[in-house]
Amino acid sequence: MVHFDYTIKEEMGLHARPAGVMVKKLKPLACNIIITCGERSADAKKMFALMAMAVKCGETVTVKIDGDMEDEVKKELLEFFHVNF
Amino acid sequence: MLILEGIATSAGISKGITVKIDSHDDTPVIKAIKDTESEHIRVEAAIHRAKTELSELYEKTLSDAGEEVAAIFEIHSTMLEDEDFLAAIFNNIDTESICAEYAVYMTGNQFASMFSGIEDDYMRERAADITDLSKRIIGILTGHRHNPFVGLTEPIIIAAHELLPSQTIQLDKSRVLAFISRKGSMNSHASILARSLGIPAVAGLENGFDQIQSGDYLIVDGMNGLVISEPDNETLDSYEQKLQVLNQETLRLRSLIGTKAMTKDGSLIEICANIGHSDECLQALEMDADGIGLFRSEFLYLESDDFPDEETQFLAYKKVLETLSPKRVVIRTLDLGADKQAPYLQIGEEDNPALGYRAIRICLDRTDIFIPQLRALLRASIYGKLAVMFPMITSLLEVKSIYTLLNTVGKDLKSEGIPYSEDIEYGIMIETPAAVMITDRLAKEVDFFSIGTNDLTQYAMACDRMNSKISYLFDSGSVSILRMIKQTVDAAHQNGIWVGICGESAADPNLLPYYIAMGVDELSVSSPKILMLKENIQSLEKADCIIQCAEYLD
Repeated sequence: MVHFDYTIKEEMGLHARPAGVMVKKLKPLACNIIITCGERSADAKKMFALMAMAVKCGETVTVKIDGDMEDEVKKELLEFFHVNF
Repeated sequence: MLILEGIATSAGISKGITVKIDSHDDTPVIKAIKDTESEHIRVEAAIHRAKTELSELYEKTLSDAGEEVAAIFEIHSTMLEDEDFLAAIFNNIDTESICAEYAVYMTGNQFASMFSGIEDDYMRERAADITDLSKRIIGILTGHRHNPFVGLTEPIIIAAHELLPSQTIQLDKSRVLAFISRKGSMNSHASILARSLGIPAVAGLENGFDQIQSGDYLIVDGMNGLVISEPDNETLDSYEQKLQVLNQETLRLRSLIGTKAMTKDGSLIEICANIGHSDECLQALEMDADGIGLFRSEFLYLESDDFPDEETQFLAYKKVLETLSPKRVVIRTLDLGADKQAPYLQIGEEDNPALGYRAIRICLDRTDIFIPQLRALLRASIYGKLAVMFPMITSLLEVKSIYTLLNTVGKDLKSEGIPYSEDIEYGIMIETPAAVMITDRLAKEVDFFSIGTNDLTQYAMACDRMNSKISYLFDSGSVSILRMIKQTVDAAHQNGIWVGICGESAADPNLLPYYIAMGVDELSVSSPKILMLKENIQSLEKADCIIQCAEYLD
């Protein structure tokens, strides 16, 4: 299992449009990806669960990746977060 | 006089009579069910169908309002794919033993309330998206599609408890003066749509909303977020003045109706309209289109549950040709595949749908689909000036195969004694780099080219336009793409055929000078953009454009 922390810089937080793009990208992957923010957590492959976390600007999330190609996935996701959130 | 304060969500000022759309109770009937399994199947089928509708809405919105706005329907589509949502529907069916309709309704409410409780304006607005989605699925299940905007005849102000994005995009824009709503904010998807359509809107009126009744005369001030009911004369006068200033721009553009799309030094370009439905041709005419430059025939296929038969297609083509006659109508043959899927045409999973089984590739393989469309087109040809356009061409062989089929179809019709025009123009889309490289040969075989800049840019730059990480690469104004367009235009003109552009970039004022310099004969854009484009053309000198183009491309 690998993980990274990321502090949201996007004003709208973890908002719907890029979150949707992320869900689409992650769906086919053979690994578990869990996003945690304080006491809330969600499966990164699930749109509603992610949106219901309502992560706001300035909050820090922990992303845990467990499974096939986890290092590559971590690298890509980190980049995605930097560009979109 | 009553002044209500809300949130200014879309600029502009309108006044007129209000129609209040009742938050009419569309709770589906609860039916007890024994065979829960078959309800699961119904839900799955309805969701599949909803996805198709959403991808059609996405396409329509993309051409009417642009990508930023169209993304709304993509979010809806991603929500539909959510396993939790489906699992919750199934769970409601199983534990309550209720019908699919009511289970979707319950689930929609459960998910919406999860969002409306969040202390964040942006997330709270997502509740409206969920309501919209579950209404769509319930509508598919019951067969009763309720759209409160259907059947409006006079231009009115629409007052609604809450506006849903799919209703907003589907309504007849010419009949709506303004939107006001009890709920909603800047971030509501319906607000984003109203802004892109240029319709004034005030949302978030809260309890003040109850004081508005159908038939009230209102001023809607989308600049200051005010709704003024039964205004006094003084207020009316002051708004009259504000309106005049605002209307000047609209008037300026309207005054161009009837003028020619000609540069200052006398070079003429045809401006045509892109339409996605036969209903849109009146708007095209109203905006003074010189013809239809792209009629996407997909709507016929996406609207029905099975392949549309020859007669259905014939009637749709006939209607558009008759309405536009004597102006030209370019009808593009079926362009399904990639992001546009019909449930009854099972293409199967593909690793690269954009590079896969789509458009003319399907048509040449499945002549049982293609021949009815060709027959319908030929039969409709006697009702106007028809041009037929084939998408996704990559080789000369494809064009020859199409002609072989057309010959057969023509012979069959003759032997059946069915008339068709001998003057149909046949053209192809230039949207693959492979086609660009052989435009000199293709031009000898066809009557016209139409350049699809969206796909051409995607294929030439090796850049998926939906991928936000690389969106900087998606540039129809790059030297590479402009050179491809120039090569295509030159090949067309050397062979005496005309060439148009029907991609989104046809309306781009920054690229217009290049298209003028190259001598593009026709630009086809969505109807609301026609007059703006005409104004831009009239402000340019072709001689200057040629210098600018040479500096950039050589």
